[in-house]
Amino acid sequence: MDMVQTEKLVFEYEKRDEEGNVIGSSRAIDQVDIDVKEGQFIAILGHNGSGKSTFAKHINAILVPTEGTMWVNGRNTGDPDELWNVRQSAGMVFQNPDNQIIGTVVEEDVGFGPENLGVPTEEIWRRVEDSLKAVGMIEYRHHSPNKLSGGQKQRVAIAGVVAMEPKCIVLDEPTAMLDPVGRKEVLKTVQKLREQKKVTVILITHYMEEVVDADKIYVMDHGRVVMEGTPREVFSRVDELKSYRLDVPQATLLADELRKRGLKIPEGILKKEELVNALCQ
Amino acid sequence: MSIKLEHLNYIYSQGTAYEKRALNDVCLEIPHGEFVGIIGHTGSGKSTLIQHLNGLLRASSGELYYNGENIYREGYDMRKLRNEVGLVFQYPEHQLFEIDVLTDVCFGPKNQGLSPEESRERALEALRLVGLKEKYYQSSPFELSGGQKRRTAIAGVLAMRPKVLVLDEPTAGLDPKGRDDILDQIAYLHEKSDMTVILVSHSMEDIARYADRLIVMNKGAVMYNDEPKKVFEHYRELEEVGLAAPQVTYIMHDLVKRGMSVRTDVTTVAEAADEIMRTLVHHCTNS
Repeated sequence: MDMVQTEKLVFEYEKRDEEGNVIGSSRAIDQVDIDVKEGQFIAILGHNGSGKSTFAKHINAILVPTEGTMWVNGRNTGDPDELWNVRQSAGMVFQNPDNQIIGTVVEEDVGFGPENLGVPTEEIWRRVEDSLKAVGMIEYRHHSPNKLSGGQKQRVAIAGVVAMEPKCIVLDEPTAMLDPVGRKEVLKTVQKLREQKKVTVILITHYMEEVVDADKIYVMDHGRVVMEGTPREVFSRVDELKSYRLDVPQATLLADELRKRGLKIPEGILKKEELVNALCQ
Repeated sequence: MSIKLEHLNYIYSQGTAYEKRALNDVCLEIPHGEFVGIIGHTGSGKSTLIQHLNGLLRASSGELYYNGENIYREGYDMRKLRNEVGLVFQYPEHQLFEIDVLTDVCFGPKNQGLSPEESRERALEALRLVGLKEKYYQSSPFELSGGQKRRTAIAGVLAMRPKVLVLDEPTAGLDPKGRDDILDQIAYLHEKSDMTVILVSHSMEDIARYADRLIVMNKGAVMYNDEPKKVFEHYRELEEVGLAAPQVTYIMHDLVKRGMSVRTDVTTVAEAADEIMRTLVHHCTNS
């Protein structure tokens, strides 16, 4: 089944003068067709200002299309009557964990979402426990979020989304502010959620290493989808990626470097294990 | 010409229930003209440390010398210190506020007491240094892309012609090209002038590429202070404190485990390629 589907999606920001009159518009998303199946792990790459975050905000109807249509879990996001159903289907995690945590105790923060959905109290506690376990933060349930590390805070933010039991989680640069171990923690958590809860994951990031396990990568530029394919397909087009201000994982870059120096190394290397295997044959 | 920290301690909310020791007996010396990297997990004291360098925070105890002068001495000219030690905070673009890019960058030198003409000259120079195209000088800073905003904000500090440039995660949230552009530009500035650069980063790959020396902070104390190559040899210890080595360093260690005799003190892609080629050629001529 399709989890997220768009047809010729267009979004325009209106420019206004000081009196609030519209003086023009700029197109942030331009005729995007994307199709995400249930349970898939999708990555969206693109430079700053390419339209990725604007696109992400459509998935739980923070923004609605100017033209074209988006369906989330079969529901049209442009239909005001479907708003709550759309938001319940897709949860979002943003870049800065400090802007997403509102509770003074970890478990209260996680319970905020389901409480707002009108979930019965008993059920809220079950979900809080369940989602804190899923992100590996259950032993911190009575702690204050302020005292947690960046990676831990971000995991609490993810638990808050998981507690709403969405079918799809959209993560908009969730690791940009984290140290290396925090980054690893968040990615492992996302991986685990996919396996255990079969949620669909849409990850937006500037770290190429984080998307090597994705089922599919979309590359955006000037509001359009300019490349799509498996990580192996996309990352084998090094020069094209660089023209969109992107990069490839370090293992891929090193394999490329070695190939340029005359070494016979297969194309499409993404992970360090693959490179080590290729070199030690 | 240097910055020297002697037994520096800093305690937040001292004397209250929230008391927290953020810096613990930090002793460091940063000679003039060095490119120094600082890494550490979230909450390790990096940002607290750098805010001491231009006197924004005052140590609870210990001394800080700038060019041999104790900045905590009575009557020390803090204004002069802040003119010489430029601090670029995390997400500096949040501090842009003027009506256009050029005016925003003029703000620093104008505050230093320079005439409007001089300020403008300094601002133009700084904008050229960060590589922002001239067509944007009259734009509102809010119309720029993330990378352009970041450059404008860095230009705002450079326009004050600091002798020491301190940057707190200048590339967080930027796309790969934006990341490389800004760091290349800073490295170029460092090479061209004799400016000291202190770079705080969560990217081990960036630090490995640019820094002459690497300071690792953990729990408010200095854990390592050495050449990046030597620091990254302790990759296991680094992982225990929330950090890592660059990816290529791990590749080299894995190759050794599989019986290839490559050096493991390699931290950049180009170095790794050279080292692997050297080993393979050597191997072939021997067998």
